Amino acid sequence: MVENEGIRRYVAHAILWIGIAIVAFPVYLAFVASTQDNAAIANGQMSLLPGGHFLETYYKTLFVGSSGTTREPVGTMLLNSLIMALSIALGKIFISILSAYAIVFFRFPFRMTVFWIIFITLMLPVEVRIYPTYKIAADLNLLDSYSGLALPLIASATATLLFRQFFMTVPDELMEASRIDGAGPFRFFKDTLLPLSRTNMAALFVILFIYGWNQYLWPLLITTRDDMQTIQVGIRKMIVTSDALTEWPVVMATSILAMLPPVLVVIVMQKLFVRGLVETEK
Amino acid sequence: MQKQSVFNSRWLPWLLIAPQMIVVLVFFYWPAAQAVRQSFLLQDAFGLSTAFVWFDNYKELLAEPDYFASVVRTFVFAAAIALSSLSLALLLAVMADKPLRGVSVYRTLLIWPYAVAPPVVGVLWIFMLNPSLGILAHGLRAIGIDWNPLLDGNQAALLIILASAWKQISYNFLFFLAGLQSIPKSVHEAAAIDGARPVRRFWTITFPLLTPTIFFLIVINVVYAFFDTFGIIDTMTRGGPAKATETLVYKVYSDGLLGGNLGSSAAQSVILMGIVIALTAIQFRFVERKVTY
Repeated sequence: MVENEGIRRYVAHAILWIGIAIVAFPVYLAFVASTQDNAAIANGQMSLLPGGHFLETYYKTLFVGSSGTTREPVGTMLLNSLIMALSIALGKIFISILSAYAIVFFRFPFRMTVFWIIFITLMLPVEVRIYPTYKIAADLNLLDSYSGLALPLIASATATLLFRQFFMTVPDELMEASRIDGAGPFRFFKDTLLPLSRTNMAALFVILFIYGWNQYLWPLLITTRDDMQTIQVGIRKMIVTSDALTEWPVVMATSILAMLPPVLVVIVMQKLFVRGLVETEK
Repeated sequence: MQKQSVFNSRWLPWLLIAPQMIVVLVFFYWPAAQAVRQSFLLQDAFGLSTAFVWFDNYKELLAEPDYFASVVRTFVFAAAIALSSLSLALLLAVMADKPLRGVSVYRTLLIWPYAVAPPVVGVLWIFMLNPSLGILAHGLRAIGIDWNPLLDGNQAALLIILASAWKQISYNFLFFLAGLQSIPKSVHEAAAIDGARPVRRFWTITFPLLTPTIFFLIVINVVYAFFDTFGIIDTMTRGGPAKATETLVYKVYSDGLLGGNLGSSAAQSVILMGIVIALTAIQFRFVERKVTY
């Protein structure tokens, strides 16, 4: 185009770098703090460059736990978070691909009623029904268990809607062809539909893994034992109300460790992530 | 809506939907029904007897000044978070939509905060702005601002808004960028040939064409501010000082934690459900418009 593109381009680069600085600075600061001495941080004498306590702090955080409070080492919390995130992601994909299959490829009484029953759960995030849900989890003996962490978060409608939408686009001919080949509903699902859904499943998995990993309120309520807490819950318990007792390098190392898996997933699987995000919001 | 050819089986579809139906009924409908039921009941202090009191719990709740303040506060937070995060994200997306060198690197560097969990966001920001050891807090004090969000409610609210908006930039950026990229370049070129300057082109062409995306994002951001800020508030201020950062969701949580009035907490949950349903309905209207655009 005709305008003085040169200057505009520099301005655009500059604005983008400022934006990146705004998003990255808090995380950079956390990393720097995790490599420094607690006393220096508590005095407000923190340096803006990484210090020499990297290995020491991360070893302590992962395997020993903070000394001020009697908390679990973060290694255990990471494992709990991983189990929870994987169960939520895989569980949700599993139950929703099955129900979407039933809703799209079968005709049965109350089909639309079933669809609406699932659809309406979109409108009931866990935050608005925490205490009643907590009570049910307690009645079912699910407190302090992995199933208790995952099950109530598995059932929302987003994944079902996504698969339903995708299945609707699968041409009828495919199904007729596999029928002529003598395939029943099970073979058709396994040999035709599943391979076709692979990209959708992967995109969904990326989004659901991040969703599961970052859960906070529900794990906070349902876990009471220290060895069952997830990393997100663990972080908050490390911040002692009086600043002097908080071990900031350990807290910051924990924050870095807590964000590392989902951030890596976003960066490494960016295409799938973007696709999943856009698809699930439709 | 319906496939032409389908499988015929009496029992198989029920077997397929059974897992999801069980989870949905046990963990969604049953608790929601419980909340609605409880909101009409009054329990005595020992939980020995309950009485059906119609809308008394709601009346009491709405007459409570604390509750009203929390409603107003939540909407103010939502507006502030949405406005600040959306405008910054739009600016960045417009810049990243230009044919620049290394644009995909910029995009990657701007979207990863999506994956940072709310409680971690809270910890990162409290660390920067903690009155005694935060680096930014020192800076603020150096320029003469009496910064103490642990005591000053407005500063605490500002802290929550900043941290929450920070996390949401990447999400908004991503959707704005997608929206911008779906606008055909020929529209811009035509306007440029007609002599419209870039700033004018933005306000007369790009911005109107983006309105579906903007409406969609406003709803998403409001929902985010209502529900997902819980982790941020809980690690930064725990609703304080003096309830200055207590949003509706946080109030449900902390009232329930004190174990006090079951009926009132249930009524709060039901009102929140109403708000979510309204927001979802609005979202679907605008999403439909987005599709037909």
